[in-house]
Amino acid sequence: MATPVNRYEHQMNAIDRLGRTKVYVGELMRHPVYTRFLHWMYGIFFFLALLSGFGIYAPGIFRFFTPFFGGGAMTRLLHPWFGLGFVFFFGLQVINWFNIMRWTPEDTAWMKRLRTYVRHQDEMEPPTVGFYNGGQKAMFWEIVCGCVAYVITGFIMWFPEIFGRVLVSIAYVIHDISALIMLFGIFFHIYLSTFGEPGTIQAMTRGTVSKAWAWTHHPAWYKEMTGRDPYADMEAERERLYGGK
Amino acid sequence: MADRKTLQIKQMSAHPGPIAGAGMQRVSELCKLIDTTTCIGCKACEVACVEWNDMPFQNTTFDNTYQTMPDTNWNYWNLIKFNESEHSDGSFAWLVRKHQCMHCEDPGCLRACPADGAIVQYANGIVDFQQENCIGCQFCVSGCPFNIPKFNPSTKKVYKCTLCSDRVSAGLEPACIKSCPTGCLHFGTKDDMKYMAEQRAKQLRDVSGFKEAGVYDPQSIDGTHVIYVLHDITKPEKYGNLPANPRIPLAFTVWKNWFKPIGLIGAMMGFVGVVIHYVFAGPLRSQPEPPVESIVSRPAPGKES
Repeated sequence: MATPVNRYEHQMNAIDRLGRTKVYVGELMRHPVYTRFLHWMYGIFFFLALLSGFGIYAPGIFRFFTPFFGGGAMTRLLHPWFGLGFVFFFGLQVINWFNIMRWTPEDTAWMKRLRTYVRHQDEMEPPTVGFYNGGQKAMFWEIVCGCVAYVITGFIMWFPEIFGRVLVSIAYVIHDISALIMLFGIFFHIYLSTFGEPGTIQAMTRGTVSKAWAWTHHPAWYKEMTGRDPYADMEAERERLYGGK
Repeated sequence: MADRKTLQIKQMSAHPGPIAGAGMQRVSELCKLIDTTTCIGCKACEVACVEWNDMPFQNTTFDNTYQTMPDTNWNYWNLIKFNESEHSDGSFAWLVRKHQCMHCEDPGCLRACPADGAIVQYANGIVDFQQENCIGCQFCVSGCPFNIPKFNPSTKKVYKCTLCSDRVSAGLEPACIKSCPTGCLHFGTKDDMKYMAEQRAKQLRDVSGFKEAGVYDPQSIDGTHVIYVLHDITKPEKYGNLPANPRIPLAFTVWKNWFKPIGLIGAMMGFVGVVIHYVFAGPLRSQPEPPVESIVSRPAPGKES
């Protein structure tokens, strides 16, 4: 019988085998080192671009951000490079995750029960939720669209002498809207990976998650990894821990 | 670029809060009047501008016109535009216009600028760039309806005509005015110049046969502090792309002033949302959770024990 790690390993390609991920008893491998590296790289660039952008977006409020980057002119100089860094590493992640993030009818169904999800009305996620749920995929594709918008509008604003004043003024608005959407989204991303769903962030630090986390939030993925029924395993665990209370 | 202490500032780009010292003194609005009908295109003003501002010389571009170069530059703020046109009777007409910053009452550059104090408007109406505060984003280039601010790629700063704010602050007229041999350039208060311009336009209409003569002082940007007398006010575009209705892009007015703050508050609602969710709904923990011991909540009305 294949162990969880083995099951995952035969799906791994050469780049996923870079580095070392310790999977302890009771855990499942979730993100290999390469995925984690990409995540934190574009995470860093996201915040550098966000904070340097703040100083330009609303200088009246966020003027205190610009000195961190060496003053207004240096902030302006660095911001496009931070953005390119973000897009570069996120682009690699898009290639890495392209199959995993493919939208399915189950994701549409998940989005329709968003209310249930937010209110915690279900103890566990429905059996169709795989490696990523609809919300996670939606956010991923929003960032992909955002990156496309950033790059196009960013280059227009970077080289106004080529594109002209009308295009620049339109690009300015689109760039802002894209930034606002991603700023809105980052709060949910950070919340759900830390306080909102405890046990999540270790997937991006150590690379593993507990089995309990997996069957609660991604039952289909749990089933794929272990070949076992997530709901039966959860009930068995409840019986073991709390003795049918 | 004048010393901030010698000219009172009325507006400052991207500045939070009020402008220190604004409205403390009586200041007349100033204006440059350019009578295109008496300009002979001698370019004395171009030379005076380069001389007074000590700007480095550069190679010019010859493109088969009398014009010094196709457009103004970061080190060439004042350019006579030569335009070939026709009089109403079909005869040849030179439309010669001195092109420089218009010093708008509602400056698009200042509205677009995201750097605190990089663009200021003095109480006398002069719009001035303070390069030490400029971050080189070139939004002002996009905000200007007259294509005036010019970027210097080596210093990464933007430059334009200052209306000789340094001379004006010392009680002198701008260098171009001083150099004009025909008297087509005038400098004084906005009221005086407007009156003078109207008189001249009336003279052109009544005596000289230019039925469409008028004063260019576009109200779409609340007027300018550089005004023109034109032979034909109905078609200012003939004078080398002088827009009839100059407009500041909505991105730097409606979007920047209204939707940006609203959008920022909207995005921060994400933070408020997750805090509220954590307090009222709590975390979604991995199952199985410990069993519930008791639920503390407000008793239903009428059932107090």
